[in-house]
Amino acid sequence: MSTPVKNTLLFVVVLGLILASGFYRSPNVALGILNMGLISAIMAMGVNMQWGYAGLFNIGIMGFVALGGLAAVLVGMDPVPEAFAAGGPRVALALFVGGLIIGGAVIVWKRMPRGSGRSLIMLALLVAGFFVYRGIFDPAVQAIEKVNPAGTGYLGGLGLPVILAWPVGGLMAAGAAWLIGKTALGLRSDYLAIATLGIAEIIIAVLKNEEWLSRGVKNVNGIPRPVAYEIDLQGDPAFVDRVTSWGLDPVTASSLYVKLSYAALFLVVLLIVLWLAQKALNSPWGRMMRAIRDNEVAAEAMGKDVTARHLQIFILGSAVCGLAGAMMTSLDGLLTPGTYQPLRFTFLIWVMVIVGGSGNNFGAILGGFLIWFLWVEVEPLGRLLMDLITSGMADGYWLKDHLLESAAHMRLLTMGLVLVLVLRFSPRGLIPEK
Amino acid sequence: MDFLNALVAFSNFVLVPATAYGAQLALGALGVTLIYGILRFSNFAHGDTMAFGAMVTILVTWWFQSMGLHLGVLPTALLALPFGIAGTALLLLGTDRIIYAFYREQRAKPVVLVIVSMGIMFMMNGLVRFIIGADDQRFADGERFIITARDFKAWSGLREGLAIKTSQGITVVTAILVVALLFWFLNRTRTGKSMRAYSDNEDLALLSGINPERVVMITWILVAALATVAGVLYGLDKSFKPFTYFQLLLPIFASAIVGGLGNPLGAIVGGFVIAFSEVTVTYAWKKVLVYMMPDNLEPSGLVQLLSTDYKFAVSFVILVIVLLFRPTGIFAGRVG
Repeated sequence: MSTPVKNTLLFVVVLGLILASGFYRSPNVALGILNMGLISAIMAMGVNMQWGYAGLFNIGIMGFVALGGLAAVLVGMDPVPEAFAAGGPRVALALFVGGLIIGGAVIVWKRMPRGSGRSLIMLALLVAGFFVYRGIFDPAVQAIEKVNPAGTGYLGGLGLPVILAWPVGGLMAAGAAWLIGKTALGLRSDYLAIATLGIAEIIIAVLKNEEWLSRGVKNVNGIPRPVAYEIDLQGDPAFVDRVTSWGLDPVTASSLYVKLSYAALFLVVLLIVLWLAQKALNSPWGRMMRAIRDNEVAAEAMGKDVTARHLQIFILGSAVCGLAGAMMTSLDGLLTPGTYQPLRFTFLIWVMVIVGGSGNNFGAILGGFLIWFLWVEVEPLGRLLMDLITSGMADGYWLKDHLLESAAHMRLLTMGLVLVLVLRFSPRGLIPEK
Repeated sequence: MDFLNALVAFSNFVLVPATAYGAQLALGALGVTLIYGILRFSNFAHGDTMAFGAMVTILVTWWFQSMGLHLGVLPTALLALPFGIAGTALLLLGTDRIIYAFYREQRAKPVVLVIVSMGIMFMMNGLVRFIIGADDQRFADGERFIITARDFKAWSGLREGLAIKTSQGITVVTAILVVALLFWFLNRTRTGKSMRAYSDNEDLALLSGINPERVVMITWILVAALATVAGVLYGLDKSFKPFTYFQLLLPIFASAIVGGLGNPLGAIVGGFVIAFSEVTVTYAWKKVLVYMMPDNLEPSGLVQLLSTDYKFAVSFVILVIVLLFRPTGIFAGRVG
């Protein structure tokens, strides 16, 4: 079987699986899987750029995804003028001062002659600066969080169309990636991994704790949508007439309509990112990246600036993850910092890339759909399996209860198993790199 | 000025908890560093290995407790510890035989092994949740405190109390014992020496007739023991929850890297560096400062540098500082 046929067949199978879930569960479930599959595919493409093109080991994807989610809040939500009046300028000043202090410390380090004097001055500047910063920052934050804490208690956003948040999310993730890349790239790959793992945890901690910014664990609800609302559709006579003439219930139809509009938007983004990624991969730049990945020393000897190229692709890949994160938050309509977990948002994406085929964009997309489908479907399947295993046991027997209860944890086990099996028997993934 | 009270408050809230936490991190980091030194990859499943070891120990502890077997003032978990170590060793040797051995034979790149360990991490995490659930589990019994704050106040007549939990005492004593044993093993026994030789130069070690499979096997057993002890001590001291163990990965790796990856002594120092910085930066210093400062200078706020939720940030920042200024760690670890 030729490669294109095999690849098309793989896509048909995976999409067929999702379609089938529409029949044996409900169309709503299938569309839900499709939408998150599209987002997962974009995330997987971002990771594939870093790992597949350049061999960078980033396990902080969760952080970039969460930054995208923050962008959806900062762009899409309505501003809170009272909160802004109470402390907005002061917070801005504090952040500016904080930036100045860090910049000053960097200048001290770079400009002053080596020696203990330099370290002492830098340390003194940082410590004193920290207290100055907290002195401005803390009262401002308190003032903001005091404004209607039950309803807002944060600065709010810009009140712009939420679709703008998608590129903004990408930009924010890119900014974070620049910072981390500047410090950790050029070191050994394990160090980059740990550094990215750390930055992701910090970003989540910031989202959870900085209530003036993201409302923290109080969550932000009702982020505006880029598509229609079910309620409006159900109130729209033209829509109701049309769907009833097709024999559909208006409530179901409205929810399907909303999900389909999301799917259309996501598909457009996916195709744009895919087109760009393919262009980049097949350009001289893409060949250079792979050359660097395969032999850094040789590439460096050919005059390629390895660290700068790594920084570049690290930023690009993270930006794609941020974009997907913003899309996900606008799909959910809410930002819940408590739900960001590394197993789900970092390591699962890695499973997608490895299973799909690292280095190949189509592989990453396929992996995104397939693994997301499995992630959703393994739980009910696990329950079925457990029902089958325990069917012979008496009701109330402890093992039966335990097994039924634990079926929910089957998915982690399954994902690990899939990853290990693919790495062992098909290390290049389902659609290998050409 | 009340220096004694300040000192006691400092010991109670910073010194004692940070020492116990540092010992736990050091034990975890030793496991990571051993795997790195001998098998040459960063094992991302280490946090979940700790969780697995702790889980086996907890299950055996419950069994002992149900049979009425107790250790008196000490927690029963200590009695169950050998079983936990044995169970974890079996699991690790099994995963090595089924999974890692294949890649060793292929001489796969370290990063491939790291990704494989990610898969193992998923499976172990799932296994632990499958067996014991995702919730908090309590398994500590015996006496809760060595010294309670009230007894200390009555004894010393100070306003501040100093409480030392049994789990903290046990942590420190066990950690010292385990580390002493480990160093004795690595430096004095033939097997330990062959392990160090293998870590320093694989080819030379092979030439001098060291059996690599045996070295690898001993390493996994040592790692199982270290991880289980670390996991059980952490669980006794705080509580057992699978997800927390996964999150320990960051401070543990930070400890190992800060000390110098592949260097056992560095792992211990790194553990304490990370633990003390975490606790000092997230502790509200008001209490100590109130005793130390003249009345008119007393701080009004909590004097907490960072909220406790940012403790990850602390290990991270220290990690970055060390990586920027001394990329091989405090003690020169293995580079490349």
